[in-house]
Amino acid sequence: MIDAINTSLFSPIGEDGMIGILLILNGLKVTLIVTFFAMLLGAVLGIGTTFMKMSSKWYIRFPANLYVGVIRGTPVVVQLVILYFIVLSALDVDKITAAIIAFGLNSGAYISEIIRAGIQAVDKGQTEAARSLGLSQAITMKSIILPQAIKNILPALGNEFIVLLKETAVIGFIGGVDLMRAGEIIRSRTFEDSVPLFTCALIYLFLTYSFTFMLSKFEKRLKQSD
Amino acid sequence: MIKITNLHKNFGDNQVLKGINEHIRQGEVVSVIGPSGSGKSTFLRCINLLEQPSQGDIEIEGQSITAPGACVDKLRQKVGMVFQNFNLFPHKTVIQNITLAPISLKLMTPAQAEEKALALLAQVGLSDKANAYPASLSGGQKQRVAIARALAMEPDLMLFDEPTSALDPEMVGDVLDVMKDLALKGMTMVIVTHEMGFAKDVSDRVIFMDGGYVVESSPPDELFSHPKEARTQAFLSKVLR
Repeated sequence: MIDAINTSLFSPIGEDGMIGILLILNGLKVTLIVTFFAMLLGAVLGIGTTFMKMSSKWYIRFPANLYVGVIRGTPVVVQLVILYFIVLSALDVDKITAAIIAFGLNSGAYISEIIRAGIQAVDKGQTEAARSLGLSQAITMKSIILPQAIKNILPALGNEFIVLLKETAVIGFIGGVDLMRAGEIIRSRTFEDSVPLFTCALIYLFLTYSFTFMLSKFEKRLKQSD
Repeated sequence: MIKITNLHKNFGDNQVLKGINEHIRQGEVVSVIGPSGSGKSTFLRCINLLEQPSQGDIEIEGQSITAPGACVDKLRQKVGMVFQNFNLFPHKTVIQNITLAPISLKLMTPAQAEEKALALLAQVGLSDKANAYPASLSGGQKQRVAIARALAMEPDLMLFDEPTSALDPEMVGDVLDVMKDLALKGMTMVIVTHEMGFAKDVSDRVIFMDGGYVVESSPPDELFSHPKEARTQAFLSKVLR
């Protein structure tokens, strides 16, 4: 056991490789960077897509619906590979940027659904009351609907963050070295299976668990204002 | 004040209003009664365009609100609406509920709006609830806040859509008193209601609707005591037992 830990984590991997634990930490950094920026990109895309979907004009709704439909209907790993090897192949885009774009595009579709559901969960009577006072659609959205919708949206966004964090484990498909890929590299070069894989799993678990914990604290604070 | 000509409303194949002609005068208090599904609420909701009429014309103070390009938001500022389910804004305090529209629309400064709101809360008997959240109010209190909220816009006309139907019986009186007070002050009011006693007391005129038509429209004494139409008689004999 001690030997296995030593070989996988504290010895150079391969002939001139990094020490295992450093490889894993570098991978973790990639995982976190991709998750964070993909979430940001996803939020921007999600908000834009939601507004497009609520438009009264079909030619604005249509691309938004198509985008969400295609993204939700295909596996994220397929999207990632197509984006990196086909769509972005002519451009000189590095793997991390490509991954951020791919996961951001993916997440944007789900986030737009989260926002839409959050807005639709606000009672229709709220809109009617606001409009009956002579408030415009924009003011109604800003002052009445969104502040209430946000309470439905934030917890679901937290979940999306956790899902995204785990989904980035397929970055290896385009040759990026994230946490999972780092574990795989160690495994293939040292022939130790358990230590690198369980190390990865524990790190993922630690990240998602602590995030869930923070999220539940935050949700309790949101509920206090009710 | 309001002139409604040949008003039709369809929801898909379902014809809810089948040609309504009504004229409501300044200061008149009109109650609309009738069985469920007779189109009373839809009729009321057409007056401030919460429902878009399928056909026909509505004029308020001489201006057609159904003409293309009519400024709907401006119209609604002058037409207050009170809903069956109150529809207070749960994330705002009572006073914020009342001041939100006048401030957002820059009709009053925040100080003016608050002064107005406090006066209105006194009028509906809820001065002590200014900083409470709607969740902490009873149904009757919520509805009185909703009335104050509509009045804060200084409307020329108030629409009430079954304002007491969602209330516990002991709360109904408080809300009706506020409405009665409003009627005495000369507000033009259209009230969809199941409170026959109230309709009789307060209204200048009662409209009986059934099947998407106005069946009968007369002063309350006449309509309740000597209904002309058989359908009115049948309805009243069921509800006035």
